[in-house]
Amino acid sequence: MFRKNTLSSAMAESASMRFWYNPTFRSVFFQLLFIGLLFLLVATIVNNTTENLEQRGITTGFDFLNQEAGFGILQSLIEYDETHTFGRTFVVGLLNTALISVLGIALSTIVGFLVGIGRLSGNWLIARLSTAYIEIFRNIPVLLQILFWYIAVLRTLPSPRQSIALGDSIFLNLRGLYLPSPVFHEGPELVLIALALALVVTIGFIRWSHQRQEKTGKSLPNFRIGLGLLVVLPLITWFASGQPVSWDTPVLKGFNFRGGFAVIPELIALLLGLTFYTASYIAENVRSGIEAINKGQTEASGALGLHTGQTMRLVIVPQAMRVAIPPLATNYMNLIKNSSLATAIGYPELVNVFMGTTLNQTGQAIEIIAMTMAVYLTMNLLVSLFMNWFNKRMALVER
Amino acid sequence: MKKLLQLAGATLVLAATADLAQAATLDTVKERGYLQCGVSTGVPGFSNPDDKGNWTGIDVDVCRAMAAAALGDAAKVKYVPLTAKERFTALQSGEIDVLSRNTTWTQTRDTSLGLNFVGVNYYDGQGFMVNKNLGVKSALELDGATVCIQAGTTTELNLADYFRENDMTFQPVVFDTSAQSIQSFETGRCDVLTSDQSQLYALRTKLAKPSDAVVLPEVISKEPLGPVVRQGDDQWLNIAKWSLYALINAEELGLNSSNIDSKAKSKDPAISRFLGKTGTGGKGLALPDDFAYQVIKQVGSYDEVFERNIGSKSPLLIERGINALWTDGGIVYAPPFR
Repeated sequence: MFRKNTLSSAMAESASMRFWYNPTFRSVFFQLLFIGLLFLLVATIVNNTTENLEQRGITTGFDFLNQEAGFGILQSLIEYDETHTFGRTFVVGLLNTALISVLGIALSTIVGFLVGIGRLSGNWLIARLSTAYIEIFRNIPVLLQILFWYIAVLRTLPSPRQSIALGDSIFLNLRGLYLPSPVFHEGPELVLIALALALVVTIGFIRWSHQRQEKTGKSLPNFRIGLGLLVVLPLITWFASGQPVSWDTPVLKGFNFRGGFAVIPELIALLLGLTFYTASYIAENVRSGIEAINKGQTEASGALGLHTGQTMRLVIVPQAMRVAIPPLATNYMNLIKNSSLATAIGYPELVNVFMGTTLNQTGQAIEIIAMTMAVYLTMNLLVSLFMNWFNKRMALVER
Repeated sequence: MKKLLQLAGATLVLAATADLAQAATLDTVKERGYLQCGVSTGVPGFSNPDDKGNWTGIDVDVCRAMAAAALGDAAKVKYVPLTAKERFTALQSGEIDVLSRNTTWTQTRDTSLGLNFVGVNYYDGQGFMVNKNLGVKSALELDGATVCIQAGTTTELNLADYFRENDMTFQPVVFDTSAQSIQSFETGRCDVLTSDQSQLYALRTKLAKPSDAVVLPEVISKEPLGPVVRQGDDQWLNIAKWSLYALINAEELGLNSSNIDSKAKSKDPAISRFLGKTGTGGKGLALPDDFAYQVIKQVGSYDEVFERNIGSKSPLLIERGINALWTDGGIVYAPPFR
């Protein structure tokens, strides 16, 4: 804000100058003036808004959050029925937005990395397919893609009574994907404890193995041993504690399947649309990251005796990440924002539930739109903070 | 979605500009030269564009009546199609002068949105439509069904109430427009489509095979539908009211668009008051004295409007039922021109 180094020289000269020629004074004065005007503008807007709302007899304030909502929501991660409050509908919408964001980010990262690396593959077919994928999905509007999955793909599935069945516990129809859901009896804590224990042991083992490798140069198959530990230990506890979890399978009853766990087609369509669209961008980030690495790096690691997989994992990707992470963060944020397109297909996320039904039932547009905007802002700032931290960690430490 | 955001922006901007709404709506409309009327995105019989883009329907005719009264020309209307979600914001922000979009008159809407309901142009009630082959005969057999609804309607609330009352469960699938919900009903995403009964009949005509769907007998709510204007402009509210009442009174007086010129010579004092030849005419409304004549000459009586759009002369074939005049056993009633 202030330019300290010019301060002393300015002070020295100021004896012979009028104070308004003083650069320090000027910079402080104009900054204060700007902030003052900005504050005045905001205050005027807020004041006018409240005054006008009152004049027109439009209810204001946040009291509506405690009123009974009285409408149903298709999918909720927390307990919800129509007797809950409008405030609760906010949380339900928020969680549904968070769900699609988390799933979308995870899946699009995986698909994006695979396609990005695939595009640089030496295999002609894989490289061409990856290129075609990127060019197709990147150049079609994401809303069209979501509608395509929803109307052209998922709507063609059979009705509940003619469901496609996988065994006798998994069903797919145009109302969604029905999976068996776990029912916990007594003692699942033991399995969780075993899992936690296995996790700690695995981390310890990998550390020890790394140290050993640095000292002796001998490496162990870390991945396989770790995975073995993580699977075997909980599995033994599982059987030892008498299989404390059973499965609740969906059964066709009346109009729909009941019981089990249902994944609604709106979620599937939105997830497919967002994932394939965002993944095409992430693939390009990954490719640009990898192509930014000098070919000499590959040759040098080859000369050191690392095989292709190790070269990729230990030399190329860590350096490529430096280039790829900042644009990756942008793509994640875009995915979160694009999730609001769900309203076109009726997936009950924040914009559809809260800015849609709740807004219409209460009529308090300004409060609700402000809250909705605050949510997207907060979510994106959190992603941004996390990605900055991650970027710092991944950045090459220059010595 | 985009439209909703635009509206939201418009609200904020408008809310921030003082004194704008204080100008009388009538003056604004006259200066502009046409009426801006908020209608649905397409409900046959109520407000629906034909293949040439001309809007027709009983809600559209309310706007035409207002234009005839205020501007002397029923054609001077610009129709703004709105989803249920967008409609109130559009009216609050001044994007439209009147909302005539099968909107249910409720206490919350009338008292806390800064809006005033003008009257009722159709008495409706919520019903259910199901596919014939489900074999469902009553709404009480719908336990566990998936139900398609339009977002931002009283329907959403009535549905939840009805199922709770009868100890049944349901899964709501909520869409922005009725086109989306009827399409989802047709492809089988949901078992049941719920809306105001008149709308169900109207939407049924959009199905590939209308006879495959049946409307269940239960009516689970009362839905008085009518036009809405902004609160705080009593003159404009009165113009809206008396344009609507003109339609109803004309039917009661036996006037319609074809006989009004010949009946104008009649000695019936009620008719000559209606036509503004005697009595206060349009003075209290700042309108020409013959405003009611213009309404009936250009738009027709309530009877004509009803039959042409949703009654016997339309594909919907809805009977007058409770929407008959009070003198014919219905509940349609308007204060007199006196």
